[in-house]
Amino acid sequence: MMLHGLGAVFLREMILLKRRFKRYVVGVAISPVLYLVAFGTAMGTEARFDGHTYLEFLLPGLVAMTTMTQAYGTATEINIARFYLHIFEEFQSAPISNVAYVLGEVFSGMTRALLGVLVILGLGAAFGVSLHTGPWFWLAAALNAFAFASLAVLLAMLVTGHGDQALLNSFVITPMAFLGGTFFPLDRMPEWAQGLLYALPLTHASQAIRADAFGQPALWAHFAVLAAVGVAVFAAALVSVGRARD
Amino acid sequence: MIVIDNLQKRYGKLAAVDGVSLTVEAGELFAYLGPNGAGKSTTIKILTGLTRLSGGGASLGGADIRTDPIGAKRQCGVVMQHVNLDNDLTLAENMDIHGRLFGMDAPSRAARAAELLDYVGLAERTGSLVSTLSGGMKRRLMIARALMHRPRILFLDEPTVGLDADIRRRIWALIKTIQGEGTTVFLTTHYIEEAEFLADRVAFIDRGKIRALDTPAALMARVGAWAFDRLSEGGMDTEYFPDHETAQRAVTACDGCLTLRRVNLEDAFLTLTGKTVR
Repeated sequence: MMLHGLGAVFLREMILLKRRFKRYVVGVAISPVLYLVAFGTAMGTEARFDGHTYLEFLLPGLVAMTTMTQAYGTATEINIARFYLHIFEEFQSAPISNVAYVLGEVFSGMTRALLGVLVILGLGAAFGVSLHTGPWFWLAAALNAFAFASLAVLLAMLVTGHGDQALLNSFVITPMAFLGGTFFPLDRMPEWAQGLLYALPLTHASQAIRADAFGQPALWAHFAVLAAVGVAVFAAALVSVGRARD
Repeated sequence: MIVIDNLQKRYGKLAAVDGVSLTVEAGELFAYLGPNGAGKSTTIKILTGLTRLSGGGASLGGADIRTDPIGAKRQCGVVMQHVNLDNDLTLAENMDIHGRLFGMDAPSRAARAAELLDYVGLAERTGSLVSTLSGGMKRRLMIARALMHRPRILFLDEPTVGLDADIRRRIWALIKTIQGEGTTVFLTTHYIEEAEFLADRVAFIDRGKIRALDTPAALMARVGAWAFDRLSEGGMDTEYFPDHETAQRAVTACDGCLTLRRVNLEDAFLTLTGKTVR
């Protein structure tokens, strides 16, 4: 009973995704293609990172970044539904729990994120890079998507308009995309900076995804941090939905 | 049945709803009439779970909105003042999502959506995107969607605002039909003629408080039966009379009086609230 309505929230998002699927794929692919061309090919094959070319190093980072951006994209969808279409009222006035609503939105964000991983893997193949994608790879991607989709719901409930949403993207997502172990190895950073960067969930996602992609065991701590952040943010999102009834 | 007991909503020092108490009987069409900003929409938002209350309480069909909000929401359908449809979904998809939110099974959803879209004259547009509909069509779709789960109570927040006169009349007919089928209708409006035409009983609300509540006929009778208007420096003064004969005598003796007319609900509103409907 607690989860009644989850399907309706999820289905709505999936219908919209299906209707905009080509735009979605282009949207997912455009930035990674630029990074792959600009950074990957420019660095050539001579520079080695842990025994891998820069393209091989970069691709798992792009997977992590894409799960983050696509999952967090849920915030924009909720923002439109809340302030422009007012569809959020339809969910608020329906006999469904906050858990059902948040899970419906989080699962839709995770679906977008995991489809985005497939797009990145396809792009990697087009650039001649293929990764090992075992269960730990997908678990890290899913946990990262869960954490950022939950964050998307939380922040979408806290903002008071479209402008705030754009501001949050600039302050939260953009810095994390560049600093979360996506584009460079963290061990080349000063120790104090490494300490800061390990506070970012994306760093743990990048590390875990990259480890499995290179056929190495990922540290359990990365998964633990991602799960802990996910659960905490999800709980905050539940509270925020209740408080959104001004 | 709707029971509202000392309902309050405060935004800081502003009391948007200030101790409203009333009962709407099952099957009744009740109009909540007041100027913009009077507290009409806020009341509906509280009752339908869109806004938290600051004090008091209410129950919908016996379900308390504080202790059993999900049970209360099951009782009601709501049509908001602004359009809140999914533009990128078809009419059928909008109806289907609503049915899912209220736990309807697939065969019931399909059958009920087809029935209602036909009922509101949109059957031929079932597969169209909502973004292709006119304003009047969207309003009718919102009413159909709110009826999808067969609610016992229907909340209509300014259902005809911004619509052309002919569309407004079609929606009035639709609302009357819905009430005729046994649904309790709680309607907010700032169109006096809408309340006068549709409602069994009317509450005048202003600055969050109910100023008067009765049948339209009884409210008008409190003022008189006949009236005439006289232009004055401040605008227009109106005098009221208990019968036609007295009014006729007064208007004959009056210099600058306009046509003698029957008292309407606007007279009652102006007299009982001391306000104009903005």
